[in-house]
Amino acid sequence: MPGLEDLYREIILDHYRSPRNRGELESPPAQRVEGFNPLCGDEIVVTLEVTGGVVSDIKIAGSGCSISQSSASLMSAAVKGRPVTEVRELIRTFKGMMSIHGSTLPSADDGSTPDDEASEPEPIDIEALGELAALQGVVKFPVRIKCATLSWNTLAQGLDESEPA
Amino acid sequence: MAELNGTGAELDVATLRKDFPLLSLEVNGHPITYLDSAASSQRPVQVLDAMREYDETTHANVHRGVYGIAEEATRRFEAARINVGRFVGAPNPSREIVFAKNATECLNLVARTWGSTHLHAGDTVVLTEMEHHANIVPWQMLAAEQELNLRWIPIDDDGHLVLDDLEQLVDGAKLVGVTCMSNVLGTLNPMRHIADVAHAAGAIVVADGAQSVPHLPTDVTSLGVDVLAFSAHKMVGPTGIGVLWGRDELLSDLPPFLGGGEMILDVRKDGFTPNDIPWRFEAGTPPITEAIGLGAAVDYLRGIGMELIRAHEIALTTYAMAALHERFGDDIHIFGPKDAVERGGVLSFAFRDVHPHDISQILDQYGVCVRAGHHCAKPLMRRLGVNATARASFALYNDKSDVDTLIEALDATGAFFG
Repeated sequence: MPGLEDLYREIILDHYRSPRNRGELESPPAQRVEGFNPLCGDEIVVTLEVTGGVVSDIKIAGSGCSISQSSASLMSAAVKGRPVTEVRELIRTFKGMMSIHGSTLPSADDGSTPDDEASEPEPIDIEALGELAALQGVVKFPVRIKCATLSWNTLAQGLDESEPA
Repeated sequence: MAELNGTGAELDVATLRKDFPLLSLEVNGHPITYLDSAASSQRPVQVLDAMREYDETTHANVHRGVYGIAEEATRRFEAARINVGRFVGAPNPSREIVFAKNATECLNLVARTWGSTHLHAGDTVVLTEMEHHANIVPWQMLAAEQELNLRWIPIDDDGHLVLDDLEQLVDGAKLVGVTCMSNVLGTLNPMRHIADVAHAAGAIVVADGAQSVPHLPTDVTSLGVDVLAFSAHKMVGPTGIGVLWGRDELLSDLPPFLGGGEMILDVRKDGFTPNDIPWRFEAGTPPITEAIGLGAAVDYLRGIGMELIRAHEIALTTYAMAALHERFGDDIHIFGPKDAVERGGVLSFAFRDVHPHDISQILDQYGVCVRAGHHCAKPLMRRLGVNATARASFALYNDKSDVDTLIEALDATGAFFG
């Protein structure tokens, strides 16, 4: 039986109480994308600027639970100033971590694109995730996975729209 | 809907709780405190046994076989229909009760049969801001196809419908869709008044009884509505079966819903002749075991007495609202009417600034089951200015100890998030 400490790690509560990169960038020029969690009504607004292949700025708005808000905050801190290629890789790694137990938990499906489901799970380099690894415990609470992935799916959509893959 | 106060009799919750096996469960090391009956209620052994007994002794397909158990299965299936019909006061239960998958499918059935034959481009449908998506989206789907207008009866800050301008709102409308009891606010709506005004304007009334039928006495004639939909699984019955009551004359005029077996009298290469009501709307093998279970659920509720259940839930809701306010003061906001007599035992609340998901997650550690989310009522959530609420809802098997456990667990939630 997973305990609450698996879910609500101190770093998560910290980002929930003091979210980083909060607000909205002026759009345009920034790319603005909205994400919704149809299960709980949470919504998130990601605004990002991509300059010269680098995510030069990002801000997060919207409202949601501690997991969705802290995940968004951690994400913004992790991707700001990094090349788009690395950010895409990070999104893949993060979503991989969020589906580690996907094969044994049907409800753990996070609504991602079908090609994710078909492919064999790749080994996840948790070390590469740094502080984001604090969200690892969320997979033990399958209903909350969508909370953690909401901002990441929204960011991925924003990248696709600003710079088609 | 009768209101009873001071009948003298009290519900013996400790005894009837023993009828519900799931309520003896332990969750995370705590006895379960089940406060999510508005989403789905638990079932007593009487219902579980009736379904098992039917499956073990009687099961065959209904309305087909000319052999003993098939005839007995048909007899018991149709007896369940009549039993459920009498439970809601249907004047002609053998014709007016239609079984479908759930209340949602029943409302879709009305939209697809009455709606598609009686509503035309430019017609108006009136809904309320507190409807469940089940009584919104079927009409929006139809509106998109047939260019209908939708109007909305607003709510006030206390969660009552604003009916001052009802005459104008329903003027020229063909249909009014309204819930008997809000699944978020608990508000009990004045169905008779709404129905009288709607009928005077020439509109029919489609009532969502999913929350009201399990918790208070229901008489479709007194409600004055034209159709009423409800679900077995919210009234101590099984999942997989919902009930539509409709006035005989109204149902008799309607085309079939889905096509297939059971709903036909004759099929030729050049067409088919639909069956009489209610079977016209029941294509394919129906949920037979579930109908038996629903019949047993109705027997169970009737045996206890709906008036006693209602009185118990008023007392419990009054206690819960007072106790929550006393302990948490301004840290808690309970949505909906302040007086328990005007509402059912459904308490949606905001607690400090803790998100409902987080509340629900911490409460689970204490074995307390509440619902967190938008409760399939997003227009209402927008009106309330929230994304989601936490919701504790009561049934006949809840008592003050459940409320006390909720309060202690909420206290711990507050401490956890600082």
